[in-house]
Amino acid sequence: MKSIQDLDRIRQKSLEKVNLRRNVEDANVEAEASGEGLTDGKPKDVLVCGGTGCTSSGCQKIINKMEIQLEKHQLKKEVKLIKTGCFGLCEAGPIVIVHPEGAFYSRIKEKDVEEIVEEHLLKGKVVTHLLFKGAIDGDQVKPIDEVDFYKKQQRVALRNCGLISPEDIEEYIAFDGYKALSKVLTEMTPEEAIDEVKKSGLRGRGGGGFPTGLKWEFTAKAEGDQKYVACNADEGDPGAFMDRSVLEGDPHAIVEAMAIAGYAVGADMGYVYIRAEYPIAVARLQIAIEDARKFGLLGKSIFGTDFNFDMEIRLGAGAFVCGEETALINSIEGKRGMPRPRPPFPAHKGIWDKPTLLNNVETYANIPQIILNGAEWYSSIGTEKSKGTKVFALGGKINNTGLLEIPMGTTLREVIYEVGGGIPNGKAFKAVQTGGPSGGCIPADHLDAAIDYDNLISLGSMMGSGGMIVMDEDNCMVDIARFFLDFTVDESCGKCTPCREGTKRMLEILERITEGEGEEADLNKLESLAKTIKNTSLCGLGQTAPNPVLSTLHYFRHEYEAHVKDKKCPAGVCQGLLQYLVIPEACKKCGICANKCPVNCIDGVKGKEVYVIRQADCIKCGACMAACPFKAIKKG
Amino acid sequence: MITVKINGFEVKVEKDTTILEAANKIGIKIPTFCHDPRLRPHGSCRICTVEVKGGRNLPTACTTPVFEGMEVETESEGVVEARKEILDLLLANHPLDCLTCQQAGRCALQDLCFQYDVKESSYGGAKKEFEIDNSNPFYYSDQNKCILCGKCVYVCSQLQCTDAIGFAERGFPTHIATPFNQGLEESTCVSCGNCVSVCPVGALVPKSKEKFRYWETSPVRTTCSYCGVGCQMDLLVKDNKIVEIQPAMGPSNEGLLCVKGKFAYNFIGHPDRLKAPLIRKNGKLEEGTWEEAYELISSKIAEAKETLGPNSVAGLSSARCTTEENYLLQKLMRAVVGTNNVDHCARL
Repeated sequence: MKSIQDLDRIRQKSLEKVNLRRNVEDANVEAEASGEGLTDGKPKDVLVCGGTGCTSSGCQKIINKMEIQLEKHQLKKEVKLIKTGCFGLCEAGPIVIVHPEGAFYSRIKEKDVEEIVEEHLLKGKVVTHLLFKGAIDGDQVKPIDEVDFYKKQQRVALRNCGLISPEDIEEYIAFDGYKALSKVLTEMTPEEAIDEVKKSGLRGRGGGGFPTGLKWEFTAKAEGDQKYVACNADEGDPGAFMDRSVLEGDPHAIVEAMAIAGYAVGADMGYVYIRAEYPIAVARLQIAIEDARKFGLLGKSIFGTDFNFDMEIRLGAGAFVCGEETALINSIEGKRGMPRPRPPFPAHKGIWDKPTLLNNVETYANIPQIILNGAEWYSSIGTEKSKGTKVFALGGKINNTGLLEIPMGTTLREVIYEVGGGIPNGKAFKAVQTGGPSGGCIPADHLDAAIDYDNLISLGSMMGSGGMIVMDEDNCMVDIARFFLDFTVDESCGKCTPCREGTKRMLEILERITEGEGEEADLNKLESLAKTIKNTSLCGLGQTAPNPVLSTLHYFRHEYEAHVKDKKCPAGVCQGLLQYLVIPEACKKCGICANKCPVNCIDGVKGKEVYVIRQADCIKCGACMAACPFKAIKKG
Repeated sequence: MITVKINGFEVKVEKDTTILEAANKIGIKIPTFCHDPRLRPHGSCRICTVEVKGGRNLPTACTTPVFEGMEVETESEGVVEARKEILDLLLANHPLDCLTCQQAGRCALQDLCFQYDVKESSYGGAKKEFEIDNSNPFYYSDQNKCILCGKCVYVCSQLQCTDAIGFAERGFPTHIATPFNQGLEESTCVSCGNCVSVCPVGALVPKSKEKFRYWETSPVRTTCSYCGVGCQMDLLVKDNKIVEIQPAMGPSNEGLLCVKGKFAYNFIGHPDRLKAPLIRKNGKLEEGTWEEAYELISSKIAEAKETLGPNSVAGLSSARCTTEENYLLQKLMRAVVGTNNVDHCARL
């Protein structure tokens, strides 16, 4: 590819490939099985999610079965089978979407494939009983984008995820791929490109929220004979997988964005630092880079200009701290992943001490759209200081677990109750944890807070990379704090004293509290130690490590007090504070509990005596309570 | 020049000066464990944390460059509180055996705990449990005492360029180790002892034959006699006996020594050491005076030159001499004796 005309030609040629997906019929498909209005013979695109979630739940088997079935029914010409990236609703996987109807099949098993092929693909009848439960309203089938989970979403960074084959560069080009790069290279100066990003108001999606355009400007202005751009794909927050999904579903967006960034800051080389635990993302990104080279979109004289750019992948070895920019740079250089003091910032001294632009995957994923649609369009989305959309990984006690992208300014309530579908089993919402191990827990009082960088910080949490974990009445907040701190203690690099030694002592105090050995003075000690760790740690990992403890101490101090003063865990989670007791009047003397007890600590005589648990020997496994048919055992 | 205010005192410094350097310039001492001006700043220990007016947290003086109008407090309430907490945390993971620790008296941890009134740690909990590595013939490595300032690692990699040690594991279990934890003897360690010299605590200590306390010694600045580099060093002397050697910041060694300079000093006071020239008389070596010896040498050279010619004489010099001394020897041989027979022990 030598020119924009070449790109246009490829786009025109590829449009045909994706036509069914571009014009999703807005007409609802009759779910009725009358046999009339069959669409048999009509072309269909069958999209099977090939993200990590659906891969784990067996999508490959479905694809294989589908291949056989299509062959069998001689449908290979009419039906295109495409393995895509993540659709977001991982909990409902494996997911199969059939276009042009946009029929949303969920939790598909191998045995369901035949029915989908024979009924839907062959006869045109949507198999309603296999549809996602939210995708059917009365007798109307709702296309995927009208399902509640997707309705409030606005997909910018995830626009191609679940829509294109990530391993087919032509599909990406068909959806305006590399058009932004061609625009930047032929119509804009590097300064204009930076200006566009600045005006868009985009802020770093890795968690810090630093204005992206400013970072680009600093790197562009930094003096250096060689500059680099780098992409932080070392996503490490427990439960967060937005970057993985972008790379698995739309890797060319990152290739394109990094080339744009390279042009803007004056770099001819890019590095993507990605964790080795993301094998699918690594493989697809590698294919994308190679295809981009073949198409002349990476390499020398891109689009016939004098701009050269190439990129390489660097694999991380599973250290959370390598998501910190200076530790990541050390790791790219082949050194131990430990942070460096800042200043100097990477914009001045980054990889091999050369000016380096480092952005997160999701940040990059927004760039081509900002260039194509303009800064004004992007900044029209979101709140005053947080523009655009943000991807969140919603998990925990929530009905719709998965990945979602919402405009900044959406409230927590909308995300949890509308997109997320609320709390399962009628339980009460207690708190939502944002920002992963660096974030904090936000209680129900603040559910109407609009999600943006500054609001979350003022609530004692942070945006982070976008983890969002919902907790209900059954979660103990002390235990939650302990869980997150346990993670940071494990992931501290060990370089600076406050983080290495301090977080460990905080964890020990929390462990004491959850085991029922806490004292009131421990709470003050936690707070003062947390302050020192926040104020004096070298990098963001240490500076934010106390946040889960501080925010739970702030909003749920009563739970801590119950643990240390009354020696009770109100949520009934902390085993050290639990007792299993037989309710004598409810006990039917059946002896099932005694049989189930793994340590034989339940005494009684079958049919004659009420059973009693010897507390001294009880290991609090809860087997008796689960086994009792008469609900005669309580936790207290 | 940039003007900054430290504890109310104004100081003018060059751009890119750190707070620590600026404070040093006006005699304000900020405590450090991990700082060494010869190393790339790494900001590990965080004890030099200071307060900068308008700053979000407490930056480290050793890594933070000054800016115009910067106002710094080095001993504010918040700073002292943070330093005490850091010392408390270090002590919690440190064997409190100062009574028998060889490093007592020049231990930075001991000194700072004294300065900030930290008597003991307020934490219980896990403590390091490492075996002492005594496989190196010249020094012990006791990881239980290590505060992970990292100076040994960086001195080994950045200054000595040996890379024998590094960090192993991460978080709380982090420790200094040789590759695959095989111990110092199996490592690429050249026993230069520069790590020992920079260790602020008792984690790396020389294997000393003497029992002494640092406050009993007095330093004697001298030039190392082993080679011509001219390394400056301080002999630590107790009761007229050298008990340890510390490198000094000489222009040619900048605080570094090699294995010989650092550890091989026992010959100095050794009973077998030659203190006067030995002259063979009747087949037996006997002590003589320098005058006698020089008289003998010059007469023998003159005799040989006279009877057998100048080329019957050769001058053999030593790598332990300075360049100037070697120059003088060859000059003597060529100009006075008249021969080009000049050689050097390192070639043999």
